[in-house]
Amino acid sequence: MTTQPTLLDTLDPDLTARLTSRRGLFSRAAGSLGALATAPTVLAVASTEAFAQGLPGQVVDVLRFALTLEYLEAEFYQTALASRGLIPGRYRPVFQQIAKHEVAHVRLLQGALGTAAIPKPTFDFTARGKYQDVFESFDTFTTLSSTFEDLGVAAYKGQAGNLQGTPVLTTALQIHSVEARHAAEVRRVRGFIGWDGAFDAPQTKAQVLAAAMPFIAGGV
Amino acid sequence: MASASFLELNLGKAFAQRGASLAGGALDLGRGDFAVLNYAYALEQLEAAFYTQVLQQPYRGFNARDEQILTGIQQHEVAHREFFRSALGGNAIPDLQVDFQRVNFSSRQSVLTTARTFEDLGVAAYNGAGQLLSNPDFLAKAGSIVSVEARHAATIRDLLNPFSPAFAGNDVVDASGLDGALLPSQVLPKATPFVVTPVSASQLP
Repeated sequence: MTTQPTLLDTLDPDLTARLTSRRGLFSRAAGSLGALATAPTVLAVASTEAFAQGLPGQVVDVLRFALTLEYLEAEFYQTALASRGLIPGRYRPVFQQIAKHEVAHVRLLQGALGTAAIPKPTFDFTARGKYQDVFESFDTFTTLSSTFEDLGVAAYKGQAGNLQGTPVLTTALQIHSVEARHAAEVRRVRGFIGWDGAFDAPQTKAQVLAAAMPFIAGGV
Repeated sequence: MASASFLELNLGKAFAQRGASLAGGALDLGRGDFAVLNYAYALEQLEAAFYTQVLQQPYRGFNARDEQILTGIQQHEVAHREFFRSALGGNAIPDLQVDFQRVNFSSRQSVLTTARTFEDLGVAAYNGAGQLLSNPDFLAKAGSIVSVEARHAATIRDLLNPFSPAFAGNDVVDASGLDGALLPSQVLPKATPFVVTPVSASQLP
């Protein structure tokens, strides 16, 4: 059996053990709350307990935030690739490669979080009707693609400080630069240059979620 | 007239006070955050010098589109280099003497494949160096630079293989969707062929 590569592979054994024991904690929380507990409630309880026990709650929060964005990107590209006539053949290899990475990022983050992973939200890529033709018009699709990729770059960049001193930092940086490669390439597909300037700006979690919220049907 | 050994001695003295040092003819970057910043400064010096020469010596078939891209990249690398020079102040290593003899500047292929090497190496170097920084402000600044290097890397790769998966090819991005991350000890040997003054990072991993 091949094992799914996870972020845990890159963590130190001590942290891995603590994160893994967190899964036991999750089970206990679910059991004590019984059938009344909805998934978000259980996650909130587990997160609080995890923090109280000195587990890296801040890291878990960052990874969940990242997973939300990766879910969004992965579903966006998978839907686009399955939409007949949307992506011209000339550009298809670009979006296949991007989709492959976003799906890999989802798996990586899910693996790292284990049972602390959040479920995939329901997305509305029309943003409540604003982009009705997102999967019919290549221009609308690439406009949103470019937005999501630049947003992802800014989001990971904004979280680097929260991961400083943890082994997760390097992995997050390795995702961050792949998102930047995507961002540049999508700009090129759109006929633009791949950057804004010599320095890319970060965005806070609140800024990123505000930008992503219109595309998340049920909110975060 | 000052002899080379006299200069070396004086540079060595200067750096002994600042962490970086000249030992056995090699420039050592010293320790701590200043060493990491000097490491980035060295790489940015190399990149800036390369693109400056590319613009001074345009290759055959240097069209307006290539010029716009390579001019933009050159300006970024100079801005990065100057950022580090200024941030390091008196702790900065001296200007490195570069050696691009192995690059055929009249060939688009030679220039762009060299550019690809530098950009991919830069991305992996920053990705691996983040964990070595203690100061959060330096980490934030490195983060704002590395994604621009990744944008360069994707663009250069796209010039070589337009609209193919190469911009984030399987040769640089692994099956988990991760870009490279290399330590100074892995990066410096790859940069050595392009630098006359050997640079060492004996106190960095």
